[in-house]
Formats: sequence, C-alpha cells, structure tokens
Amino acid sequence: MSDTNQYPVDERNEPTDRQAPPCSSEPDAFDWDMLREELSSGGEQRMWRSLDELSKTPEVLSYVQREFPRQAGELNDPASRRSFLKLMAASLGLAGIGLSGCLRQPEEKIVPYVRQPEEIIPGKPLYFATCTTLGGYATGLLVESHLGRPTKIEGNPEHPASLGATDAFAQAAILSLYDPDRSQTVMYAGRISTWSEFLTAITAELPALRERRGRGLAILTETITSPTLADQLQKLIKDLPEARWHQYEPVGRDNVRAGAKLAFGEYVETVYHFDLANVILSLDAEFLTGMPGSVRYARDFSNGRRMAQPNRPTGGPSPAMTRLYAVESTPGLTGAAADHRLALKARDVEDLARAIAARLGGEVDASARDVPSDVPAAWLNVLVGDLQDHRDKSLVIAGDGQPAAVHALVHAINRRLNNVGRTIEYVAPIEAEPVDQLASLSELVDLMRNGEVTLLVVLGGNPVYNAPHELEFARHCERVPFRVHLAQDFDETSFRSHWHVPCAHELESWGDARAFDGTATIRQPLIAPLYGGRTAHDLVAVLAGHPELTTYQILQNYWKERLGSDGFAKRWNRAVHDGVVADTRAEPRTPEWKFVDRVSRRDPGLQAGLEITFPPDPTVWDGRLANSGWLQELPKPLTKLTWDNAALVSPKTAERLGLSNHDVVELSLAGRTLRAPVWILPGQPNDSIALSLGYGRTQCGRIGKGIGVNTSVLRPARHEWFAGAGVLKSTGLRYPLSVTQNHHSMEGRDLIQITTLADFKKHPDFIDQEHRHPEQSPTLYPRHEEPENAWGMVIDQTACIGCNACVIACQAENNIPIVGKEQVGIGREMHWLRVDRYYRGGIDDPDTYFQPVMCVHCENAPCELVCPVAATVHSHEGLNQMIYNRCVGTRYCSNNCPYKVRRFNFLEYDALFDYGGEQAPSLKLLRNPDVTVRSRGVMEKCTYCTQRISAARIEAQKQNRPIRDGEVVTACQQACPVQAIVFGNIRDRDSAVAHLKASPLNYSLLGELNTLPRTTHLACFRNPHPDLEGPATIDTPPVERTVIDRLLNE
Amino acid sequence: MAQIFHPSMNTFSKATIFGGMFLLASLAFAWDRINRSAYVTEADVVRDQPVPFSHEHHVSGLGIDCRYCHTTVETSPFAGLPATETCMSCHSQIWKDSPMLAPVRDSYRTGQPLKWTRVHDLPDFVYFDHSIHVAKGIGCESCHGRVDRMPLMRRAHSLQMSWCLECHGHPQQFVRDVDDIYKFGKAAQATSQEQRVELAQKYGIDARQLLDCGICHR
Repeated sequence: MSDTNQYPVDERNEPTDRQAPPCSSEPDAFDWDMLREELSSGGEQRMWRSLDELSKTPEVLSYVQREFPRQAGELNDPASRRSFLKLMAASLGLAGIGLSGCLRQPEEKIVPYVRQPEEIIPGKPLYFATCTTLGGYATGLLVESHLGRPTKIEGNPEHPASLGATDAFAQAAILSLYDPDRSQTVMYAGRISTWSEFLTAITAELPALRERRGRGLAILTETITSPTLADQLQKLIKDLPEARWHQYEPVGRDNVRAGAKLAFGEYVETVYHFDLANVILSLDAEFLTGMPGSVRYARDFSNGRRMAQPNRPTGGPSPAMTRLYAVESTPGLTGAAADHRLALKARDVEDLARAIAARLGGEVDASARDVPSDVPAAWLNVLVGDLQDHRDKSLVIAGDGQPAAVHALVHAINRRLNNVGRTIEYVAPIEAEPVDQLASLSELVDLMRNGEVTLLVVLGGNPVYNAPHELEFARHCERVPFRVHLAQDFDETSFRSHWHVPCAHELESWGDARAFDGTATIRQPLIAPLYGGRTAHDLVAVLAGHPELTTYQILQNYWKERLGSDGFAKRWNRAVHDGVVADTRAEPRTPEWKFVDRVSRRDPGLQAGLEITFPPDPTVWDGRLANSGWLQELPKPLTKLTWDNAALVSPKTAERLGLSNHDVVELSLAGRTLRAPVWILPGQPNDSIALSLGYGRTQCGRIGKGIGVNTSVLRPARHEWFAGAGVLKSTGLRYPLSVTQNHHSMEGRDLIQITTLADFKKHPDFIDQEHRHPEQSPTLYPRHEEPENAWGMVIDQTACIGCNACVIACQAENNIPIVGKEQVGIGREMHWLRVDRYYRGGIDDPDTYFQPVMCVHCENAPCELVCPVAATVHSHEGLNQMIYNRCVGTRYCSNNCPYKVRRFNFLEYDALFDYGGEQAPSLKLLRNPDVTVRSRGVMEKCTYCTQRISAARIEAQKQNRPIRDGEVVTACQQACPVQAIVFGNIRDRDSAVAHLKASPLNYSLLGELNTLPRTTHLACFRNPHPDLEGPATIDTPPVERTVIDRLLNE
Repeated sequence: MAQIFHPSMNTFSKATIFGGMFLLASLAFAWDRINRSAYVTEADVVRDQPVPFSHEHHVSGLGIDCRYCHTTVETSPFAGLPATETCMSCHSQIWKDSPMLAPVRDSYRTGQPLKWTRVHDLPDFVYFDHSIHVAKGIGCESCHGRVDRMPLMRRAHSLQMSWCLECHGHPQQFVRDVDDIYKFGKAAQATSQEQRVELAQKYGIDARQLLDCGICHR
C-alpha cells in the first residue's frame, strides 16, 4: 500500500470490470465569452442545466436526440453477438417443443417453522424502532422486516431527529448491512482467525497492562454519543488511569467545540429552531444535510418557507416566509435553497462574520481585517439591516469547517440579536467526552512515535485512510507492537493492524446513541450478526476483563442504573419499542458569556493564493460509505457527478487557468501532491478549489476500491477544512467522469415556474392556464371513468432541498439495481426518480433550483399508445402500470415519453453488477419481496409504489371501507425530510393532495402537451429582499428555441 | 417454348401450399395444447412430499377447519403452512409411533423444519393475496378444488392467467357467502345467479378494477 495515493490515471485505458466511459482526449474547452453572451442575451430568466448544454457540445446533442446514445452492448462475457444469436436460436427451438425451462416452473419448497414465533405472519412485514448514526449522532429509524430479514429503512416519527424522515445516508444503511464485501471473520496478520484466538491473545496482554495501570494502552474512537459505551470507557480509564482514550472523527466538529469554548469557556452544544426564525444567515454551514440533526433542521426550515400547505385549504401563501442568506465556500444544498447566496472563499468568511458582528454593535478585535472584496457592499448592508429588523426572530449559523473564531462570532451575533433562548438554545454537550479531536489524534501519533503505546485499540474509524496524511498516522502506528482494529470492512487501518475484528452493523447489534438534542435511543438489532460481528461494547468489556458479558447485558446494566431497577423491564421495553428513551432530551442552559474577540492567527502563506477546501462528500461522506453502490451511483446534488470526486473549480478560474472538464491537474499543498480531474462548477468561489473527502480508498470492497482521489493526502492537519497557497499544475492528461446532468433532458422547455413572494402577492395567477392542470383541453382519446381512488402526487419545489433521500428510498423500496460508472457515462442509470438541477442567471454565480421528476402518471399517457404488446397500460385508479412480464423491450414507450422517466435494463444489471459477475447471496436478502426483480430487456419506471397501494387497498377492502388519506405513503414521500412530496387520492376533496392541487401554485410539467400528469409540481418560491436584485420576475420568458426545433427546421 | 413445369405441378404446388399452411396450423395447435396440457401446467400432478399428508382424511374425515393449519389465510397474502408444532399437537397423542410420521417427529426433535414441495406455485411476477380473496367470498374450493377429496395434494387447475381471468372478469360467477368459504361441495356454493350478484354487491367487489394488470403484477 502506498501512502502517496496517486490518481490512477495510468490505469484508465485498461479494460477493467468497471470501464470508464470514453471521453475525448481533446479538451473540449468552453468558449467562455460565447457562453456569457449567450446567457446575457437569453435574459435572466433562462433556465439551464449545464455548461455543456449552453455550449451545445456534441455529447449533449446526442443525449437530446437519443435518450440512450448507445445501443446495448454485450454482456461482459467473451461470447460474441453471433454466438449469442446462435444460442438464442437454439433455445428458441427448444422452447418451441416445450422442453425449455421457462414453460415448466422449477420446483419450490415451502419451509414452515418448527415452532411458530409470536407476532410473525409470513407475508406481512414487521417494523422495529432503532437508529443509525453519522458522526456519532443518532437518527431514529423504523426498519421494515420480512420474516426476520430487514429490507427497508424508514424514519421514526417519534424520534426528534427524524420525525419520520431520513437522509440518503440512513436509507443506504440497509445496503451496507448486506454488503457482500463486509469483513466476515477475525483476521490476524492477514490470516483468517477466530474470536477465541483473539481473546486468548489479548487476555495475555491484560495482566501486564493492569500492572502498569494501563500505561501503553491507547483506545481510538470516533465521536461517541452512546451513553453506555462512554460509561464503559470512563470506567475502564478509571480502572486503568494511565490508559488513554483518543477520539478522531474525520468530518469532525472541533471548530464548533472550540468556538463554544472561546465564547463561553466551556463546551456547549447549540440546538437550532429554524422554524422560529424569519431571517437565517448561514456562514458556510451545510445545515440541510450531514450536520447532527440536519434531517430535523431541514423539516423545520422548510416549514418556515412552505407556501402551499395541505392544512391551508386555499393553498394560498403563508403570510411570512423565512429568508435565507447563505455564504458558501462550495455550492451545497444550503446555497441552493437560499434567497441570497454569496460564493466566498472559505478563508474570507471570518472577516465577513466579524464585519457583521461589528455592524450589529458587537465588540470585535480592533485589528479586524477589511470586509472581503468579494462581498458586495449592498449585500452586506441589506443583510445587516434584515438581521436587525428581525431581532429575536433571526438565526445565524456557522459551518463546521470554519475556524473557531467564526463560531464564537456567530455566538456573539446571535447574542446581539437576542436570539438565544428563542431561535437557538444551548445545551450541555451531547457527545460523551468532548475534546479537541485533532489534538487528540496528534497526541496519539506522538505517543506512538515515541514508542509509548504498546496496545492500540481502534474502535471503528479508519485513521490510516482518513487522518490527514501530514500526521503520518500510518507510519507511526507501525511502532505499536499490538494493534487491534474493530471495523465493518477490512479497510486501510485493518490492513495495518495485527488483529482485525469484524464489527457488527448497526442493524444487527444492540447499542444506544443520542440525537442532536440529547434524546437517547436504544438501538435494537433487526437480525443476528450475519458474520459474527462484535461491537465496541464487547471489545471494551474484554479490555475491562469481562469478556463474558454480551452487549445486551452491558446495555441493560447501564440503563438499569439510569432508569432505576424498579419497573425497569417495563420502561426498557417501552424505550426499545418507541425508539426513544423518555425524558432524555437535554435541558437548555445559559452558559456564561466570556467572549473576547481575537482575529485568528493565520499563516500569511495560507492566506493568499489558491485555496483548497475539503468538504465531506455529499454521497460517500468521509469514505466510510464508499462501498455502497447506491451512494456511489447517486448523482451528487450539485455536480451530478457519480462514482468519483473531482476538483471543483469556478468558471472564471477555469478560464484563467485554461482548464476544461475532465482535465487532470496536479494539486500541491505544502509539498504534498495529488492528481485529480477537474470539474467546472458554476457557483464555486473563484480561486478556490473544492475537493471532497471519501474517495481513493485502497483497502475497500469491490465497489469503492480505487475510485476517485484520496484528499486526506493533501488535507493539512488543521482544524479548518481549507488551506491556502495551493499550487495547481496541468498534467495534460484526461480522465473521464460520469456526470448525469445532461441525461434525460426535457430540453429547454419552460419546466420550473419560479416566482418571488412579493411578485406572487401582486400576481397570484402568474401560472398560465396551459400549465395548470388543463382539465378542459380537448382530446381524441376517451376520458377515463371516475373511480373511487384516483392517485396523484404533488411535489413542492419550494420545499425541496435536493438532498436525494428520495432517490435512495426509491432504490431500496423498488429493488433498483446500480449499473456502474461506464453505464452511467452512457446514460443508463436506473434511478426511477431523478432530481434535476437547473441554473438560472449567469454562469459564474447562478441561482440553483431542484426539480424531482419521476413518472408523472399521465392521464393521456403517450407511452401507452405506442407499446405494441400492451405492457404499459392504464389502471382504473389512474396508475400508468408497467407490466414487466409483458414487456419485450422495444423502448418505444421511452422514446415517446416527454418526461424521460422510463429506464431500460440494458444488461442484466441486477444479477451481474460487479461482484465478480455473480449475484452475491447476501444481496438477495435485501430485496423487497413485494416488488418484482426485473431482468434484462425490460422497461421500468416509477409505479407510485403500487405495492404499497395494493397493501392499503387490500386492508381497506377487507374492512369494507375507503382507503384513508395518508394510508398510502410512497417510499420517496416517506423519506423526504421536508415533506415536499404529498401523495394521495385526488378524488377525495379532503385529502392533503387534493388541497395542494387546488393551490394557485400547482402546475403540470409540460402541461402544454395535454398529457394531464397526475404528478404535478408547486411553483418554486424565493423570498429575496426587495432592496437586492431578486432572482426572479414574473415576466414570462420567451419560449427558448430548442435544439430540437432547430433540428426540425434544418 | 416447351413447358417448364409438368401439369402435375399444379396439384403438387397446391398440396404444398395448403399442406404447409395446414402443417403450420397444426403445429401451432399442438403447441397450444402442449402449453395447456397437464405436462406443462402440472395440474393434477401429485408431488412427492416428506409425509404423505391426506387432506381428505383431515378435512372430510376429521372435519378439521382449513384455518387450523393455514392460520394466516385471513390476514396475510400467504395462507401459511403449519409449524411442526401444530402437527405434533395431535400426533404426540395419536399415531405417535406411525413410521409415516417419522419425519414430523424428527423435525420436532431436531428443530429442522420439514420441507414441503409447493403444489400451487404461481410465477414470481404474480402477487396473489389469500386474505382479500377469502374476505370477498372466494372459497378455497374455487381455486384449490375439492381438497376434501384429495388423499394426496395436487393442483386442481392450471393456474394459468386465462384461468385467473375467468373469475377476475366475472367474479359474480364464483362468489359465495363468506360463511361458506371453508366448506366444500355444491351445498356451499351460492345457488342462484341473483344470489351471487347480490353477494358481489354486498362485498363491494369492483369488477372493473379486477382486470387492471397492476392488481396482480407489480
């Protein structure tokens, strides 16, 4: 294993399993002047998807003209097309005389229980409350289990961090449970070993350790909120006072902690109430995803912005709408949702924060630097004025990557604005042992370097990979004579450890964790460990000399102390059942104010020059999720990049440096270098490069190994997630990236209705009749009769934050396969639900809009008319059904679909994807048994979760009653943190969905085609400050001449 | 110019053209018959089972209700197969030394489940739900035949889609009183057409929807 993780450029032409799509070796440099001119002539209103689209590259034209630019190739086998045809002819012949296996079904067995367990009804799923953690903080879940086999994750409505929703990471946790590449045995020095051998080995170390009062023992954990594990560790340290407990979380919150320490002299946790704020300022904070509590925060935030609400029968606008100002160092969800977004280099945020604090009357360091030149004076004035106008109804939040000073200044601003106790509250730290984690890790490295560590136990985490390589953790850990690593995968750190112990997945082990507001959850397992995994509790118990204790016993012992042994069983059962332990929410407190502002001391060298930022990846996070195919293939919200990370640069910087997409550049920072491909991203601050974490894994499963670049190589051992004085060098090499932004284009039509709150008040009927549900439009086809249930959906584009949770939820619910980088590169991704991202405005700093699009279930469905075998037909309830077993794969339907929502299974993705050509048996357990697993040559698309409709219909019919509103919840709706998706019976006038359809904001996508979509969208609202130029006006733009129009005319 | 073809070619060509058409038609007919034959549909084929369980004996001989063993038929898509425990609730007392029941006793003792061969096996792209059928007045007999007269279990019908559609197209032909679901024979069937139409109405069977593809396929 090499430490200098070089980009695998030299391998790119080798025919590997996961071949990258070809990209032209000639850089297709954009004509920047032409692009800028094109946009300025098109007017501010023009919506565009990508720079390629604007410059009409041949690639984009091929996507527009043909949905799938290439025909199906061969399966990955040596058989040629000719031999394939020969075989097919032979098998057809056999089929003809009735000998083929497809006529007679294979024999199947039924295996009943020997003793029937209680509660289990074969064919009916059960739901169990549990939780998942990211960065240590819990999100409550309800997990669907079929005959003891968890299949789908949903949010726990009773859990404060979930409220019934989840993020994409939690949705994908089910795949990591069944990941065939998970570590399956205890390993010693690279050989298969056993738990008992490990016990023998480590127990032999313990007496000496005890004699030395624990000296030489170092335990490294990630952030821990588990009260039980913390209790175990604290008792262990008490027992062995010389032992050390270190913590390191790669996407850590050191700055948050240090900021609190600066402001209050102690660690406090901030809990936000976005729903109570009217003006929100985010200083490089991505609070809509990834942060502790972000699922809840997204819900609160959207509640303050939602225009049409189901409980407001007219669907009219709410009187007030939260206004969000976002300062961002790289485009993210928060900036996309903002009314006023400012792209600012990460290092300039502190100066801005100080300027705001000063203008609000706070006492700041006299040596404060000037307001950064990238901040327009008008912008700052309006922002400060707006904050002042909304005292105690505003909220300012700083990003985890910003230095402590920014956090402290934000505390000061919130204090000045009287927000404390209203929109924000302070609570005691949620994590068990708040420390400066980077210092803690450095200290561990020092101890190891000096040979003072004799036993290193790494409980979770992967420091060899994700600790900044500047610290040389990998080199120094070699000096420790006994190294143990507990992890779910045999990863880089396992590779460097003597003992590797497989860690039980969160869904297969007992445990506990706390949420952002302190609420504790007892995590119950859904299934016994598939591969005999152990937990951190087990390992600590072994160190404490109690290997006989099970995790369950340890957990119960701890909670018996907490809950009291009187009536414990009842309280325990209630806590496990509910997924929350009652009354564990942290109490608000008022910490003492001790802040003295001081400008962060910064190396002047880092201050200037090219800035490089290291944000967590929006899909694979810090790399722990790298082996999740779902997350790898999930288009990142802003870049729409899959299967890779890239150096994101702004158009201006690209222009200045002569870079184009797919160019490989060499980045250096303080002597460390890294090669990475370039992606030009509108909205990125100039002279700032964003390199997300989480890629370039070298010891990982088959999905995540060797893709992307490991930015830990470059990442400095600093608290801030950025550094200056980077050097960029062109290499002349090219590397293909698979980006989905040009796929499934509806091409230039008027797709997103946008307005502002102010304009809407003047013109509430701004959506023209054509885009409303055009009930009265004439049609040659007979109207469908009115059924009892008419299913329909509304998607609120104001609420949608583009977080992608729905995409993964749909993938999990509907057995959707992944296809791999090469196939994505040629437009064959299978996601039934896509989130389109549109830009509006100039190429340098456009506004961003998200539009989730799945099959809209047209009443006059163009696809149904062209299917030669009636494989896609209309149901009486208005579902556009796709009947897989009838489909012969002509793809006419997809061709005729104006929404581009049909997906064709070109190769047998489900069976063949990349696990060495065989379907991993563990992945079969993942399948939703209520949904057909589709094969090659079959078209598929969103079904409105027809299996869930069926289940609800059957239950209602058995009781001879209509289906109640809210009884059918689609997977995407369930997962959505902001409740942007509402589904139900539109014939029922009292249903939530019918109320929304009656809203003046409701419009049909491509309504002018008279397809009468059952899924409609609510216009996207923004609430810009009247004194700043708004992102939208109501003048309807001239309909853009599309490429198709031009082609037709030529 | 001399004739190229002998006059007999007229007859020959007619024979080959019509004969060929006849041959194709008969091949198509034969294929169709094969596809509907018991060979392919496996209707009336008795399967090997670990224990030669007689429904005839248990149902008509002893009068045990279907739901005693198929416990989840009213609540779940799957009617349910009895746990070994259920068999042993009687067979620990009666026929407790019968060699035929040795696999049941072994299963109970070792904890290894019995492996029955599925007799009514729908393709995996069909999602059949027992609970709604019994709730809406479709008796066991309608699909499973006279189970009370089957010493060994076999399929009574082809289970092909055309057979399903006979009922899904005209449910009022087959519906019976829900009290008679688990009974067999003529007496259990609703006697008159009017009665059946009335029942279908009472149960709220919406016949239009029953032909939607998505009712069974998803």
